Amino acid sequence: MIRLENVTKVFPGGSGPAVHQLSLDVAEGEIVVLVGPSGCGKTTTLKMINRLVEPTSGRITVAGEDIMAIPAHELRRRVGYVIQQIGLFPHRTIAENIATVPRLLGWERTRIDDRVGELIRLVDLEPGMRNRYPRELSGGQRQRAGVARALAADPPVMLMDEPFGAVDPIVRGRLQDELLDLQRRVHKTIVFVTHDIDEAIKLGDRVAILNIGGIVEQYAPPAVILRDPANAFVKAFLGSHRGIKRLSLIPVGEVPLEDGPMVDRSATARDARACMDRYGVDWFGILDGKELVGWAWASDLDGDSLAHIDPKPFEARVSLDASLREALDTIITSRTRVAPVFDGGRFVGTITAEGISRELAK
Amino acid sequence: MDGQANRGLLMEFLGDLLQWFGENWSGETGWLARTGEHLRVSGAALIAAMAVALPLAGWLGHTGRGGLLAVSVINIGRALPSFGIIALALPFTIWLARSTPLIDSGLGFAPTFIALFLLALPPIFTNTYAGIRGVDADVVEAARGMGITERRLVLDVEMPIASPVILTGIRVTAVQVVATATLGALVGYGGYGRFIVDGLAIQDRLQLVAGAILVAVLSILTEIGFSALERFVVPAGISRRRRADVVPPVAV
Repeated sequence: MIRLENVTKVFPGGSGPAVHQLSLDVAEGEIVVLVGPSGCGKTTTLKMINRLVEPTSGRITVAGEDIMAIPAHELRRRVGYVIQQIGLFPHRTIAENIATVPRLLGWERTRIDDRVGELIRLVDLEPGMRNRYPRELSGGQRQRAGVARALAADPPVMLMDEPFGAVDPIVRGRLQDELLDLQRRVHKTIVFVTHDIDEAIKLGDRVAILNIGGIVEQYAPPAVILRDPANAFVKAFLGSHRGIKRLSLIPVGEVPLEDGPMVDRSATARDARACMDRYGVDWFGILDGKELVGWAWASDLDGDSLAHIDPKPFEARVSLDASLREALDTIITSRTRVAPVFDGGRFVGTITAEGISRELAK
Repeated sequence: MDGQANRGLLMEFLGDLLQWFGENWSGETGWLARTGEHLRVSGAALIAAMAVALPLAGWLGHTGRGGLLAVSVINIGRALPSFGIIALALPFTIWLARSTPLIDSGLGFAPTFIALFLLALPPIFTNTYAGIRGVDADVVEAARGMGITERRLVLDVEMPIASPVILTGIRVTAVQVVATATLGALVGYGGYGRFIVDGLAIQDRLQLVAGAILVAVLSILTEIGFSALERFVVPAGISRRRRADVVPPVAV
């Protein structure tokens, strides 16, 4: 969808190129995050895609068209653009701000009105915000309005330059989740710039790690970068918690699950003890057919059958599509040191800290 | 003289003034006609200055070029006394009237207009320039990034956002122009200056004071009128606190 071929940008008076011979391919519908230290040319690279910065040499195509062959203002109306400070027009209402590009494109008024309403719902702003002015909104609301404005004419491509850099961490996390949620519905091709590696890992389908001078050190899905950093620069940039960061990228479903110390309700106390010995634990889970009904301590065993035991419900449960990070969190805070995994309502197995560790070490 | 007598004299003078306003309002030399003359030259100079300064400063402010020009213009503007400009303009307009068909007379309206135009130019220019330069760079970048053309960017984004500063410049300028138009009487123009200059010449204290009062009232009305206009023209959503960035009035 977007292709950069040997793109170089030299600013007059700059020491060396800001971006040097950069090549990058962005597939349709994916989020590509450009991340790197300041001075790595990530913002310059982004701005070359909508010609806010003109490349010194090289070629950039969007949907197969050479961007230099399209008048800059027409190109920009086809490419959504969100920046950190948002840049909402203070003299226009939120609705008018959102309507900017549709108005430039000469849409009819009723079509614009409908679209504005739709976008306000899409980005989860209250309908009452329509006629407010930007200064009356909170930082998070302004950011949503900025995203709505960029989406207004339904551009296939979105460029986002540290859009969540100016809001506090809690709001940032929420806006990131919202962006991912939004992306599942709108399927844009997004190029996203950040200096925050965690944000890159969370949002990117692929992440390009840039070094000073616009050199791509590694361009791969975040799980791959975390598992196999291409070189010392990437390793250093990822920081010291690579393993922990990987946890949030791997779903529970990708790890082989264990049966766990589970016995059927019809089993005997001896079976239960044997099972606990096998796993080296002092508790056991109780199944009723395929249904997991709860668990009990070894000390709850009394007599030969399990019939009299009142199983305690599992408070710790993880779903198959949860991340290993959530699973680990559940495991280390639960008394059983094991998390039962459910696919919807169905019990499918258990996951342990050892299992997670084995997966990461692969 | 005791206070009582003083007060009596003052009341008598005020009575005479009222009588003067009552008797001298009509006709070609009445204060009504002089008001028209005063407003005509002031308005013409203000509109001409706006027509030159707004587009020029708007574009230079937008491109970021002409910063030095802006500073030079305001400094020259502050240094030049209007009285001097009128005196300098006079030989020029007399020559213009003699050797070209552009104007009928080198006296009166033409030199007054030139002096007021030159007086009005710097503050409108600098306030517009400063106002446009002061527009948030992020807003401009976002606008450009959405494909707004440069011309529309100036007209639809930068000008409205800068409007409080621009309008303040125009208001301050208008008041100065109205006050300074009085000097026109020195080169044969009408307006309120007529009363002051003639009053001085023939030692008619009443006429002199009446002229001064008229200038003061018209200046105040101008200030009020343009303040009301600002309230009306500045778009909602823009903080009117920006009026604080006013360039201070230029010395007359």
